[in-house]
Amino acid sequence: MDLMEKAMSSAEVRANLPEAYRRLSPDQLKQALKKMHLIRLFEEGAEDSYQRGLTYGTMHLSIGQEASAVGICAPLTDADTITSTHRGHGHCIAKGADPKKMFAEFFGKETGYCRGRGGSMHIADVKTGNLGANGIVGGGLPIAVGAALSMKLQGKDSVSICFFGDGANNEGAFHEALNMASVWKLPVVFVCENNQYGMSTSTERSTAVKNVADRAVAYSMPGVIVDGNDFAAVASASMAAVDRAKRGEGPTLIECKTYRTRGHSRSDRNRYRTKEEIEAWVQRDPIPRFEQELIGLGFLTAAEAEEIRAAAAAEIDEAYEFAKASPSPDPADVTRFVTTV
Amino acid sequence: MDAPVRELSFAQAIYEALAIAMEADPRVFLMGEDIGVYGGAFQVTGDLVHRFGAERVRDTPISELGGAGVAVGAAVTGMRPVYEFQFSDFATLAMEQIVNQAAKMRYMLGGEVSVPLVFRMPCGSGTGAAAQHSQSLEAWFAHVPGLKVVEPSTPHDAKGLLLAALEDPDPVLVFEHKLLYKMKGPVPQGHYTIPIGEAATVRQGRHVTVVASAIMVHRALEAAETLAQEGIELEVIDLRSLRPIDSRTIIESVKKTTRLMSVYEGVKTLGIGAEISALIAESEAFGYLDAPIVRLGGAECPIPYNPELEKAAVPQVPDIVEAARALAGGRT
Ligand SMILES: Cc1ncc(C[n+]2csc(CCOP(=O)(O)OP(=O)(O)O)c2C)c(N)n1
Ligand SMILES: [Mg+2]
Repeated sequence: MDLMEKAMSSAEVRANLPEAYRRLSPDQLKQALKKMHLIRLFEEGAEDSYQRGLTYGTMHLSIGQEASAVGICAPLTDADTITSTHRGHGHCIAKGADPKKMFAEFFGKETGYCRGRGGSMHIADVKTGNLGANGIVGGGLPIAVGAALSMKLQGKDSVSICFFGDGANNEGAFHEALNMASVWKLPVVFVCENNQYGMSTSTERSTAVKNVADRAVAYSMPGVIVDGNDFAAVASASMAAVDRAKRGEGPTLIECKTYRTRGHSRSDRNRYRTKEEIEAWVQRDPIPRFEQELIGLGFLTAAEAEEIRAAAAAEIDEAYEFAKASPSPDPADVTRFVTTV
Repeated sequence: MDAPVRELSFAQAIYEALAIAMEADPRVFLMGEDIGVYGGAFQVTGDLVHRFGAERVRDTPISELGGAGVAVGAAVTGMRPVYEFQFSDFATLAMEQIVNQAAKMRYMLGGEVSVPLVFRMPCGSGTGAAAQHSQSLEAWFAHVPGLKVVEPSTPHDAKGLLLAALEDPDPVLVFEHKLLYKMKGPVPQGHYTIPIGEAATVRQGRHVTVVASAIMVHRALEAAETLAQEGIELEVIDLRSLRPIDSRTIIESVKKTTRLMSVYEGVKTLGIGAEISALIAESEAFGYLDAPIVRLGGAECPIPYNPELEKAAVPQVPDIVEAARALAGGRT
């Protein structure tokens, strides 16, 4: 292939690329890759610190689902809000949280996002528009609709993003929230991260429709299914939904088909799925896939990819040390923050 | 100069508080089932939709869980929503959002947010609406740190407490006894507030302290009038707020009267009366008591339909008279 031919084919390729690759700058794409690494390394660090007895309680890891969190948040600014779930570390970092304060919260420290009062299941970062993880399955759905109503009443040009799992789609709150958002044409994007199980119960055993997105029909909104392990596919779907919301055309339901390669929580013994199934999904790891794609498209060199990974690792190490060295809350303050006055 | 005072009904007083808050603060908006052109199941929001428009007086689908959650989401993002439950019984469908989300968000987030919202809770029996439309569940909510619970007994306090709730940075549940909606009383024009967490001594007396709330305040006052003819003086305290509760006013009163009775419509066991008894038992007033504490609460059953049964299920004036007379133990 001569040079001329090569240039032509790459221009052609670009014209046919998913929207995310046409709208995000190379720098933004690199940032997205870095965030995916940060999430992965944060959660591996969390797992490690749990084994060393540094953390308390349980945790829900999203390893394998990073493309969904980062892809959805790609078109957002701090003025846009998200509501998150018990499996929320990824959403938090994707929305711009500082891993230092996340680790500190994880370790129950006064320097954490919630001053040690919330823990892994309640991390929020209001300044970057993250209204918080949630310990209640489906808890964030109506809250996200409220945030969107608030934006509409205040005449703001922002959107409210609502992350939830496939398990949550069988809660009444899901149905009430989608209906209200649609009736009032609110700027909400409902994002179902379908990792195929709610704890041990598969969607086949829990959900009457084949795809969660099929339920969008009942609420007169587009239902979009994407490969949740494909960053560009997720980000492009998010862009379209965010644009629609900002045009005042109302909500969208996006279903990201993905998989959690770790157990549900610390108590999971993986009795409900096979090693082969898990292994097949490990092969579809969204991070190397995105990295390879960026290199293939010429957005990134292999050396840059390594630099990004190393920078993320350094940031996580620093965050971990910061959290370990931070002070714990004073037990005398146990009833602080219950009410404002 | 004091504001002119007119006679308004309890419902009109609430309406006026809502209108004043909506005029003063663009963040205040109302949500609920049929609160728009219908005017609300108890005609409290009346014509507000015509004054403020359907965006700010928003009819919701019949989705209590969703509606309560929308209020939470709007409250943490800069608005001051008021969500009307058509009947407070239906808040049982929204316990998740009230108890797990609204009440705890500030604490869970280490003080990073406030949740300034108001839930309006029409409650109580006496309308023949039977078991699922007549409950008094305020003690459930008063058990939850992070919520504030108020329960006015007069049009004056309904307006003042609601305005205080509308300006409060935290979630406030306002219990409105349905039998009070039509009751009239003096209400000053314009803006004023009644501080949340302050009880009111509405009748002075020497012999028995009666702590009551909502409709029971009126029944206790009627009983006090009857007993006064016999020389028995009841001191009636209108609780007004359940959380935070005004222990001081109750303690000081019991130190004076040496006898305590609580009267409330919610089921007697594990209710408001248990808390009032316990706070006296734990306080310096305990040593002043000259007789065992008495609780007059709702019967241990759902609210029945038949009007005679319905009356028998909650304290009535003769019950209060009889119990207070026995408690006074012949002292006059
Ligand atoms: C209302 C409620 N019911 C049950 C639980 C316990 N629980 C926590 S996570 C979970 C599974 C949720 O599944 P899904 O929504 O698919 O999210 P995933 O864990 O797969 O990310 C369950 C049952 C809960 N936290 N809240
Ligand atoms: Mg799931």
